[in-house]
Amino acid sequence: MLQSIVHVCLAGLSAGMFIWLVASGLTLIFGVLRVLNFAHGSFYMLGAYFCYTFLRFMGENFWLGLLVGPLCVCAAGFAMERFFLRYVYHLALPYQLLLTFAFVLLFDDLVKIFWGAGSIGSPAAPGLSGSISVLGRNFPVYSLFIIGVGPLIAVAMWVFLERTWLGCIIRAASSDREMASAIGVRVPALYTGVFMFGTWLGAIGGGLAVPYVGLLTPGMGETIIIDAFVVAVIGGMGSLKGAFLGALVIGLLSSFGTRFIPTFDMFLTFILMAVILVWRPQGLFGEST
Amino acid sequence: MILQVLQVNTFYGSSHILQDVSFSVNSGEVVSLLGRNGVGKTTTLRSIMGLTPPRSGSILFKNKEIIGKPPYEAAWAGLAYMPDDLRIFPDLTCEENLDIAAKLSRHTGYWNRERVEELFPVLRARRKQKGLNLSGGEKKMLSLGRALMANPELILLDEPSEGLAPLVVGSLIQVIQEIKEKNVTILLADQNLKFCRRVCNRGYIVEKGRIVLEETMEGIWSNEEVIKRYLVL
Repeated sequence: MLQSIVHVCLAGLSAGMFIWLVASGLTLIFGVLRVLNFAHGSFYMLGAYFCYTFLRFMGENFWLGLLVGPLCVCAAGFAMERFFLRYVYHLALPYQLLLTFAFVLLFDDLVKIFWGAGSIGSPAAPGLSGSISVLGRNFPVYSLFIIGVGPLIAVAMWVFLERTWLGCIIRAASSDREMASAIGVRVPALYTGVFMFGTWLGAIGGGLAVPYVGLLTPGMGETIIIDAFVVAVIGGMGSLKGAFLGALVIGLLSSFGTRFIPTFDMFLTFILMAVILVWRPQGLFGEST
Repeated sequence: MILQVLQVNTFYGSSHILQDVSFSVNSGEVVSLLGRNGVGKTTTLRSIMGLTPPRSGSILFKNKEIIGKPPYEAAWAGLAYMPDDLRIFPDLTCEENLDIAAKLSRHTGYWNRERVEELFPVLRARRKQKGLNLSGGEKKMLSLGRALMANPELILLDEPSEGLAPLVVGSLIQVIQEIKEKNVTILLADQNLKFCRRVCNRGYIVEKGRIVLEETMEGIWSNEEVIKRYLVL
């Protein structure tokens, strides 16, 4: 029993970390730009596909693919912010959602055109394939690696935002873009930069998912973006701390759900979201408005 | 002349707020925009800063056109702004609120954190506090301090004396005189005539989005007709 619970926990934690990587970029972008980017899951998908393609090109080196792939997705993020999103910031939220949703469809079709509509089998990560025994039962090494990477990125983001000048400027602009502009922050450039960084976070999540999910499919972004949205809502829109804890909760909850009450797996996630929204509409760490 | 505002027209949506507003500020002066609530004083300052871009006219700062430029370019050119609602960054500490302004400024000069803290000792005591947790008076000092940290040539102050106890207004007068001595030009909007009389050289009276009178502060002070018509509630 203990062995089973520990394994379910580990599986939940690793799944939660992927949700966290996607939710972190989504949350950062929302916190600073106040844009809800539906297409954020597409960056996860593109991250996976680009990483896959580069690792194929570069002698099956997963780590090189992981380095280069997400950077290419950043370029897509740049184009999306600079040439499209920028023109709808002043419009109401539904217009922004419609535009970003258009990008979901666009990116899905682009993936189908370039990589085909079917699934692609993905290779394992060199050095991290195989399993080790945890309490007498095998657990994938790569999943343990992911459980370590998630918090590492969380800490790195915290240090960046709280301890560096650029982080200080981002915090200032996210709470008051007008005043930030009045003291000399070039807000449009900052927005582009933050959007690209958020894109990178989603893409690195996708890249890291390549050895984990086993199969790449167009539309793989949709599944995770729904979880990421749930996490962002539970944690409080714009709160990174909330997104991290929310991702852990959702990861664990769905892992336990799948194991013990498989019929209600999805149901559990949304009932939790509904309860939290009724009890604390601003989310666990959101500012009340 | 450090600032020259010519025939500026500013709109909020379809309402015509500033109508052909023209005035100027000389280097080293302290000039006040006077008038009741809602006559367009704040809009005038926001128009200069580029926060509410005017639809037409010309704003020359050090003989360079800044109308239509984004606020950060106005800041880079040497303008600083203290809004009437102060707009302290709530998530930043007191110290960060000051340092960020110096970091982003393209000008150096007399003002640094040490000197600002000398001017407002309470900011030294509150260094590590988040902006969110400061009192109203502390926020005002911090907002003014933040504007100074950029070492601007012209500083725009919106309602500096508003909400301050008479004793505090007295020390604000000293502070403004001290700032003036360091060669910072000041354009302020305030309703407190006594305060303006103590710190300003000249005043412009604003009424319904227009400048109706330009006069020395003493001239305005002694003109009961003008005071009754435009300034007293």
